[in-house]
Amino acid sequence: MKNKNAYWRANLRLIGICLFIWFLVSFVFAILLVEPLNRFSLGGYKLGFWFSQQGSIYVFVALIFFYSWQMNRIDHQFGVYEEE
Amino acid sequence: MELQTLTYWVVGLSFALYIGIAIWSRASSTSEFYVAGKHVHPIANGMATAADWMSAASFISMAGLIAFLGYEGGMYLMGWTGGYVLLATLLAPYLRKFGKFTVPEFIGDRYYSQLARVVAVVCLIFISFTYVAGQMRGVGIVFSRFLEVSIDSGLFIGMGIVFIYAVLGGMKGITYTQVAQYCVLIFAYTVPAIFIALQTTGSALPQIALGAEVLDGSGTLLAKLDQSLTDLGFGAYTTPFNDKSMIDVFAITLALMVGTAGLPHVIVRFFTVPKVRDARTSAGWALVFIAILYTTAPAVGALARTNMIQTVNGTEQQGTAYKEIPEWFKTWEDAGLIAWYDHNNDGRVQYAAGNAFTGKPEFDGDKRGKHGERIVKNPSEGKTAKNAPFANEIYVDRDIMVLANPEIAGLPNWVIALIAAGGIAAALSTAAGLLLVISVSVSHDLLKSTFTPQISEKNELLAGRIAAGVAIGIAGYLGLHPPAFVAQVVAFAFGLAASSLFPVILLGIFSKRMNKWGAISGMLSGLIFTMGYIIYFKGVFISPIAANVPENWLLGISPEGIGSIGMVINFAVAFTVSHFTSPPPAEVQELVEDIRVPQNS
Repeated sequence: MKNKNAYWRANLRLIGICLFIWFLVSFVFAILLVEPLNRFSLGGYKLGFWFSQQGSIYVFVALIFFYSWQMNRIDHQFGVYEEE
Repeated sequence: MELQTLTYWVVGLSFALYIGIAIWSRASSTSEFYVAGKHVHPIANGMATAADWMSAASFISMAGLIAFLGYEGGMYLMGWTGGYVLLATLLAPYLRKFGKFTVPEFIGDRYYSQLARVVAVVCLIFISFTYVAGQMRGVGIVFSRFLEVSIDSGLFIGMGIVFIYAVLGGMKGITYTQVAQYCVLIFAYTVPAIFIALQTTGSALPQIALGAEVLDGSGTLLAKLDQSLTDLGFGAYTTPFNDKSMIDVFAITLALMVGTAGLPHVIVRFFTVPKVRDARTSAGWALVFIAILYTTAPAVGALARTNMIQTVNGTEQQGTAYKEIPEWFKTWEDAGLIAWYDHNNDGRVQYAAGNAFTGKPEFDGDKRGKHGERIVKNPSEGKTAKNAPFANEIYVDRDIMVLANPEIAGLPNWVIALIAAGGIAAALSTAAGLLLVISVSVSHDLLKSTFTPQISEKNELLAGRIAAGVAIGIAGYLGLHPPAFVAQVVAFAFGLAASSLFPVILLGIFSKRMNKWGAISGMLSGLIFTMGYIIYFKGVFISPIAANVPENWLLGISPEGIGSIGMVINFAVAFTVSHFTSPPPAEVQELVEDIRVPQNS
């Protein structure tokens, strides 16, 4: 395969985006900034509390499907998609 | 039908199902025994992973932990789900491409070292046995409570069932039983939660109910819970950092996430799917199935705490006379998981902040006091806590919140029977997954690759089965005679996985330059630091050297969270040592190039 390095860089970039969001919703929103965010509310939830006990989990699920959808695209683009 | 007869039926039927599946899916080759022949559909693997991952602790204990911790309970919710993002992006697809059977096998090949492989096997066995002892205990507790057999006979029945399908079916049998067990446990968990959510808020989805208004229109559930807790002298439920500092919550969450991603019995589940891209989606499906329980648990916790305060303190908030206390209170008191001492001598049971006893209650045999309560030998001084209306008089074990919840809310008997089957399913599925990685490591990593390389496939399979049998025996023994430190070492399992296995696997994929010296020294320094810190404060085998209080902790991080520092140390040592030693051989660098790409063209 010609573009091994380019393929790997594309993967690393995508991982970087995913883990940035992963860190943001859990460690930043639900822990470091929980007190200021708790001044806002979402339904009957305080926002920081919601991120800690509900929101971050939903985002995690979405992130994994986003990653695998984008990786399939990148696999096709670089001709390394596994055929049936 | 009587509750007990009904419970026997429900649990018995679920067992019949598991055994039926085991017979249908017997393993006939090492590949089927180790990785289910790599034929598992990604959605089925997701379900199996979810059942594998959600243990007796998730099913029985977690909602109770959240109920008493409030906001800080979020560290378990995020910690035990966030690891899947790391698995899906950093580990699972590449390890699936590597395409062999075990985690130590990857470490041994990547670091061209039998020593590295054996160190990994030792970590794996220690982590897995720590875990499995707790599962066996969980099976025993559920049996003794719901089927009124002794904890010991409950444990033997559990061992028998696991023996049949783990020894017979290996990974293949375990995978399909876990799919069935997931269905049983998720049904058992969500049905009572929906009932209670409807009763309290009129909303059927627990995830919505937690943020909803209560039915009488007097405010939202969480606001009311905050209010009644502050009235009783507790910190408000949703207020952060009542019980733990910010840095500690941060460190524990990180250690649990990284630890999850480094647990061998979870990683190997992704070896069973047909393709690299299946490993990615399968991690997503696993997290969907886990999230159903994990987003329900906080609602169960908050609703259980609300119901408990209301039933114990009564509508007048003055306590309930022991004679009028509901039946569930007495059942769990008989089981030794609830205790009452009448500090103010008014015959009423009262719940508020503060400890009613010094440590856990010590019952005086089955002797009864003047109201019919069990006599406890170690009441506290019974001081009224700051801002509380009265002294706390009860002890409630956190583990009963899920098990007692349907009774507290007065749900029908079949729902209670279901909870028993669900708790057993959660414990058995995790135990089976753990026992399998132990036996595969023994037969494949130790026998086949290290000590007796000439062993035939047939004998290797036989060795795997014998190892599984022996592992079940040891797990049963640990469940029967739990060493005093079992409760202490749960932090070990995650701490060790986070500080030893995870960094080494990650570097093996993402750094071509990492060599065996870096990996081995990193693994050992992370391991020794984390182990030393936990033993220093918790005392395993020896008595603790320093009091386990925040003033003594490094940077304010408790032993539960120290795995995250251990991980950083592992990375730092690995990079430094490999920088000053020779790079790995060319064929290893090719191996790394190879696992990064799903298909070679």
